[in-house]
Amino acid sequence: MKSEYAIEMLNITKRFPGIVANDNISLQLKNGEIHALLGENGAGKSTLMSVLFGLYQPEEGLIRKNGEEVEIGDPNDANRLGIGMVHQHFKLVECFTVLDNIIMGVESVNRLGFLQKKQARDKVVALSEKYGLHVDPDARIEDITVGMQQRTEILKMLYRENEILIFDEPTAVLTPQEIDELMDIMRHLSAEGKSILFISHKLDEIMAVSDRCTVLRKGKYVGTVNTKDTSIEELSSMMVGRDVNFHVQKNQSKPGDVILQVKDMTVASKSHKNNAVKHVSFNVRGGEIVCIAGIDGNGQTELVYGLTGLEPLTSGSISLTGNDISRVSIRKRNVMGMSHIPEDRQKYGLVLDYSLEENLVLQRYFEPEFTDKAGFLKKDNIRKYAERLIEQYDIRSGQGPVTRARSMSGGNQQKAIVAREIDRDPELLVAVQPTRGLDVGAIEYIHKQLVAQRDEGKAVLLISLELDEVMDVPDRILVMHKGEIVGEFDPKCTTEEELGLYMAGAKRQEVNA
Amino acid sequence: MKRKLERRKSFIDWFINSNGATSVAVVFLGFLFGTILVAVVGKNPFNMFKAIFVSMVGQANNKGIWNFRYVGETLAYSIPYVLTGLTMAFACRVGLFNIGGEGQYVIGMTIAQMVALLVPAFPGLWVLCLVLAVIGGAIWGGIVGILKAKFQVSEVVATIMLNYVALYGSRLVSLQLPGATTYKTAALPSQAFLSKMIIPTSNLNISFIIMIGACLLYWFIMEKTKLGFGFRATGLNKDAARCSGINVVKNISLAMAISGAFSGLAGACVLLGGAFTSGRILAAQDNYGFMGIAVALVGNNTALGTFIAGILFGILKESQSLMQNMDIPKEITFIIQGLIVVFIALRSGLELVKQLREKQKVRKEVLAK
Repeated sequence: MKSEYAIEMLNITKRFPGIVANDNISLQLKNGEIHALLGENGAGKSTLMSVLFGLYQPEEGLIRKNGEEVEIGDPNDANRLGIGMVHQHFKLVECFTVLDNIIMGVESVNRLGFLQKKQARDKVVALSEKYGLHVDPDARIEDITVGMQQRTEILKMLYRENEILIFDEPTAVLTPQEIDELMDIMRHLSAEGKSILFISHKLDEIMAVSDRCTVLRKGKYVGTVNTKDTSIEELSSMMVGRDVNFHVQKNQSKPGDVILQVKDMTVASKSHKNNAVKHVSFNVRGGEIVCIAGIDGNGQTELVYGLTGLEPLTSGSISLTGNDISRVSIRKRNVMGMSHIPEDRQKYGLVLDYSLEENLVLQRYFEPEFTDKAGFLKKDNIRKYAERLIEQYDIRSGQGPVTRARSMSGGNQQKAIVAREIDRDPELLVAVQPTRGLDVGAIEYIHKQLVAQRDEGKAVLLISLELDEVMDVPDRILVMHKGEIVGEFDPKCTTEEELGLYMAGAKRQEVNA
Repeated sequence: MKRKLERRKSFIDWFINSNGATSVAVVFLGFLFGTILVAVVGKNPFNMFKAIFVSMVGQANNKGIWNFRYVGETLAYSIPYVLTGLTMAFACRVGLFNIGGEGQYVIGMTIAQMVALLVPAFPGLWVLCLVLAVIGGAIWGGIVGILKAKFQVSEVVATIMLNYVALYGSRLVSLQLPGATTYKTAALPSQAFLSKMIIPTSNLNISFIIMIGACLLYWFIMEKTKLGFGFRATGLNKDAARCSGINVVKNISLAMAISGAFSGLAGACVLLGGAFTSGRILAAQDNYGFMGIAVALVGNNTALGTFIAGILFGILKESQSLMQNMDIPKEITFIIQGLIVVFIALRSGLELVKQLREKQKVRKEVLAK
């Protein structure tokens, strides 16, 4: 008799030094269902999938396929069992065609060792028609959109005749329209009998597409629910362990004077020859939060580099509270009132091998409060300052001011950066994806801090890829596409769908700053 | 019994987490293997230790008077080792790999002999020699720093190349000095030499005090000043330092210059320290610059560690001649030095031990439940 379940992971326990990443977790994937795996960062989702993929061996528990116990020693075993995965970061060769990428590793050859591309091509075309995956097999990966790259990854699994498909946070890189298409594809796949595991922390997507949902929290199994019998609120409290306030509480903004004025700014890209930011003009007033929205890689990073001085401007000008800062050093910009919460907190935000207190004075150590006239550091003052920030901003760490930044959790690392940047009492706060990779509690905290800055009359420029954040936090939205600002919106008068059209470049309006 | 076991366990934890303790253990291991090697080739290891002992505390001469000369020589030898060690250590702390200690050393030495021979002698001539040698070494290192900071030229390649430029440039220039033959110049004026101190029979001179001053300066700059704060931040995470407004380009250039200054000083100290009477036409590298890399490695790039490691290398150097007198091949000291460096490199192995222990700990905790 055939089992009801395609894959069963029963009582899996996986420990790492000092932490139990998976504590007695069970997950049962039915044949032909879409099963969501929900949890915050660090809840154990990736560990569980790595166990299923043979990357880790669990200390306890067993895995069954179609009711029979199986041993998954390495990823090759997983492949043999028909388990395939679309990773969050695609594993594609940029300069190969779609077809080459699909057949890579399982190329069929004739007796003389020549590639049999014709057969493979026919099979790929047939598959893409059967499942509605429209993609040109002869296009190069570097020329096609992210959505098409993802379809290539899906075709790769189908070509290998995988029965169990794992999608790891597949919507993070897509526009709203592409997300809808992906949902259709997933429904189509499950209708054709494939079993799908959908890893996500986005509740509305889980509600929209999945049949059942398993929730993990801090390495423990919380429960499995039928999606149609539950609500977003129930799922979120299962995930976080308490009720969460989804909407940022804020009053009407009272915009004041223009703090940041950007005119005709052009910034070169490091990776390409062409300019990443093209003749961008906008302003930010005191007392408002302006958000730059867009899909990753449309010039937001370079825009921030230009603003903060990490990259020189090709042309244009920036002025901060009326002073031209286009050619001014990074430190001078800091001193003049610009704060920056960088995108990559471990690379740009913190010196990981410095202690917490040293990181907290990283931009101020040369000030008279922390350095005497002879150039010696005043360690007592640094300690006192750090203790105050730790208390005030609730930064949690093992040993207080002397904790190595490396040993702190991601959320507390970010809190330390936020404390450092906000406490300098800036005129302008540039926050780049400040909530990336953080759990719901920390996200709430950071949003509150941003709104508090706004209410104090500071200018806040938020750069975000998360649509929820884009709709919720700012007072004004600017959409960026291919290095240009293509639209300006009031979050109260727009929809995610409308923003999506602009983000994808399907629509644009003339914007004058 | 159980408490004893636990005490032993916490000792092991302390040991693998302490850089200083592992350095000491590494040196001990180096000597242990050296001893075995001496025994294997059929010599008496006791004589090796006797030679090392004598170079550390001296010995009585045949009239029964204690002769400290060996101690003086040991300390004198250690001066350039410590200084070139500081070169490497300083660069390392700022995230740079300065293999150019040798070149900076040669430049310092060459400038010192040029000054000594070309400037009319006056009583404080040696001060001028040292100061200009320091500046010369700083410039030689600083060039690399600027190349690295402004044009992303690898400091490793640049310093290696500049080592050769320094060596052959030094020959070229020194051959033009008064009285130059193929291997030496005219005698240096007496005012250029560093005055002896404490043990007049040896070459121990006031540059030993200058060297201690250099160690203190190193420690002060790195640990106590805002300059050092910026240096260390640059060394640990260049991107974050830059993003926080620290001038990384300036720091890298400046750090390479300061780093080179230590070796420039070492060059002048060796030339004027009493072992030579005239200027040198270098036929090959002296290798002090390269030994500095090993010294800094053993000393964990700290001021105190580099000082102690430099003294150790000085002891080994001085004991070479004593060993030969006692029928022990002096090459054994090179082997010990080499083994110490190899064992230091094995430190990453300790990381594995650390991980293993943590795993065991988890397993035990789980079993205890």
